[in-house]
Amino acid sequence: MDEPCKAMALAGWGRYKPAACHVYRPERRDALLSLLDGGAPGPVLARGLGRSYGDAAVNRTGSVLDMTRLNRMRSFDPETGELECEPGVSLSDIIAVFQPRGWFPAVVPGTHFITVGGAIAHDVHGKNHHRDGSFSSFVDSIDLWTPALGVVACSPTENADIFWATVGGAGLTGVILSVRLRLRRVESAYVLADYERCANIDAVLEAFDTTDENYTYSVAWVDCLATADSLGRSVLMRGNPALPNEVPPGHAGKPLRTPRRLNATVPFDFPGFVLNPLSIRAFNETFYAMSRPAKGKDVDYEKYFFPLDRVLHWNRMYGKRGFVQYQATFPPEGRAGLRAMLERCSIARRASFLAVLKKFGEAGKGMLSHPMRGYTLTLDIANAPGLVPFLGELDRILLDHGGRLYLAKDTVAAPATIAAMYPRLEEFRAVLHRVDPESRLNSDLARRTGIGLPARETHDV
Amino acid sequence: MSNASPGSLESVVIVGASSSLARAMAACFAAGDHALVLAGRDTAELEVIAQDLRVRYARPCRVLHFDALDYGSHPGFVAECTAALGAPPDGAVVCFGMLPVQEEAQEDFTVAGRCLDTNYTGAMSVLERFAGVFEARGSGFIAAVSSVAGDRGRKSNYHYGAAKAALNAFLGGLQNRLHARGVSVTTVKPGFLDTKMTWGLVLPALLVTDPERAAAIAVRGILKRRSIVYVPGYWRLIMLVIRHIPGVIFKRLSL
Ligand SMILES: Cc1cc2nc3c(=O)[nH]c(=O)nc-3n(C[C@H](O)[C@H](O)[C@H](O)COP(=O)(O)OP(=O)(O)OC[C@H]3O[C@@H](n4cnc5c(N)ncnc54)[C@H](O)[C@@H]3O)c2cc1C
Ligand SMILES: NC(=O)c1ccc[n+]([C@@H]2O[C@H](COP(=O)([O-])OP(=O)(O)OC[C@H]3O[C@@H](n4cnc5c(N)ncnc54)[C@H](OP(=O)(O)O)[C@@H]3O)[C@@H](O)[C@H]2O)c1
Repeated sequence: MDEPCKAMALAGWGRYKPAACHVYRPERRDALLSLLDGGAPGPVLARGLGRSYGDAAVNRTGSVLDMTRLNRMRSFDPETGELECEPGVSLSDIIAVFQPRGWFPAVVPGTHFITVGGAIAHDVHGKNHHRDGSFSSFVDSIDLWTPALGVVACSPTENADIFWATVGGAGLTGVILSVRLRLRRVESAYVLADYERCANIDAVLEAFDTTDENYTYSVAWVDCLATADSLGRSVLMRGNPALPNEVPPGHAGKPLRTPRRLNATVPFDFPGFVLNPLSIRAFNETFYAMSRPAKGKDVDYEKYFFPLDRVLHWNRMYGKRGFVQYQATFPPEGRAGLRAMLERCSIARRASFLAVLKKFGEAGKGMLSHPMRGYTLTLDIANAPGLVPFLGELDRILLDHGGRLYLAKDTVAAPATIAAMYPRLEEFRAVLHRVDPESRLNSDLARRTGIGLPARETHDV
Repeated sequence: MSNASPGSLESVVIVGASSSLARAMAACFAAGDHALVLAGRDTAELEVIAQDLRVRYARPCRVLHFDALDYGSHPGFVAECTAALGAPPDGAVVCFGMLPVQEEAQEDFTVAGRCLDTNYTGAMSVLERFAGVFEARGSGFIAAVSSVAGDRGRKSNYHYGAAKAALNAFLGGLQNRLHARGVSVTTVKPGFLDTKMTWGLVLPALLVTDPERAAAIAVRGILKRRSIVYVPGYWRLIMLVIRHIPGVIFKRLSL
């Protein structure tokens, strides 16, 4: 039977310039395979929960395959913690099922509303990157549908090149059909967090470099509007998993139980004037003032890892025109660049609240994986006139200091910029030549940045 | 994982279990401590759904073949459920359904016929078999997923609506018959659901409910032994209004 198709406007989480797409949402493996085997007009692209900010999960030509209904768990081994599941399973599902049993995903980004497929396609990182690496460190194997080779089993030992091209490969090597993933044991639902204020960027980098090793999780919130001696003033939030005897008194005996709470929602687009330099400044001031230094504070995992998930549709705060998220990673020797970028932001006053700073550990093996040793700064920037030239200035600073952008966030960068930042791009393309020489897979991101294979000259007859 | 013996749990058979609504309803029953039988035509896919439910809820979950149009197989199907569970099930829930393209149903008698044969005759045929067993035992619950489309015929889908209306009348009568024997009968009437059936149709986005939410409402109503459950509840009001539009006006509307 023919799979139904829906015409809809798709964008990333930033809601920047949605594009008209044709979307299929198969509910069975057979239906997906028949779409891939020609049922869906090409080029095709898988999409998860659409939490990448830019155009990585958008494909205005051909078809988009919404994977969220292929979200069945296949097996779980309580000895090893290995979960086998379909790629549409979300981290929130995994947490809902396994957290009460004492297991948790080993790497979680700042939201749990992402799919396992999306987590692999961008090789996402969490607050423990400096200790544990990125998502792919905990992926044992995947089954990948590819246009040229059919379904290929890949892992770090089998078809390793295809595996490491798919990790971070933004959906361009194939469609992940099945994943084996190792969860991690947890003894409680809490993190014992230390909160510290750092007066400026030097202080926070100093703290990362000297004491991050004492913490499993580490991240800092940065006030991008602060200037001069206060440039980059931050609140450091670092922590370790709480032991059962360290949970709040009310929860003793039930350390895996989390507090119940209701989520708020942003029901409609905010008008443009709500977020302005004044309101953001007020927010930042308040946040900095309210973040009292504290040691060993019990924070439940939801609040610690996913504070934004408590406000559903928060991206609507930026109104109809949307926003971009800009994530820039500088190598350890690129500190001056980080400083220059913060200076540029404090003058331009475009970046809004929730700038986040973190120190990464060693890079993994994904050919296009983002994390590399150094410091990563993440900014939310509203879409307003002059945005693109402004981002161009930031890109220049980043390039000058050997840094790189993150494909899960990037929205406007040009091909030369991306190519200069990802030295293993040719290796990646060599794998594409084997798995998808005719570019049956494609995305707006790939067309914009040119990370796929060069378009062949075609002549319409 | 699924060591809990079916005997110690309440059990329910989901008839037509491969849709996203049925899968979500099965999850609600499993989360509410029920052993499950999932029945349908695509048993390979049902095995995948069953595995998922076992991993998530650690409840026993069996798969059986069932075709709504193969009426002759229905008496034997009830026996198979009993064999799989070790006892007759506590509940039976019909979820299958088919929505024909309205124009095709108008032009092609076989399409219109299949719509009635599936949505009404198939449901009637299998539920009568369960009804007999539950009536004799003096306990149990029966439910079927109908639709608000059965509340009043509209030009956009009246073949489907007519079949669901027949199902409603059947369930009403069945309830009347079984009430004295302690068996509940629930008619579930969803509005628009975000499932494969409606993917790609142009619907008012605010009135579309996702299958998980719909399932939670439906299963809660079934377990509370309600007679009619609108999904979500506001459809009761919408349909109240639609049912009371006078014929002189209604015939001019485009609904
Ligand atoms: C509030 C918030 C906080 C975030 N914090 C972090 C963070 O701390 N660290 C971090 O690394 N990221 C972070 N992100 C980004 C997010 O984790 C990634 O963009 C992730 O990839 C989103 O997953 P998704 O399921 O929404 O995928 P989508 O955005 O839908 O798709 C992303 C990519 O995955 C591909 N894809 C999806 N499914 C498949 C499949 N089955 N097979 C092949 N390819 C597939 C798509 O083609 C696309 O290229 C954050 C995002 C938000 C909204
Ligand atoms: N979607 C809506 O807006 C909406 C609104 C009101 C009511 N409903 C009702 O909700 C129920 C679930 O539908 P859905 O929306 O989830 O649509 P769906 O995905 O199209 O599901 C239809 C289901 O019916 C099954 N089925 C069809 N013919 C069958 C047969 N002869 N024998 C056995 N099973 C058969 C299918 O099984 P196979 O795997 O064998 O194909 C499938 O499981 C239906 O009763 C539908 O009428 C839906």
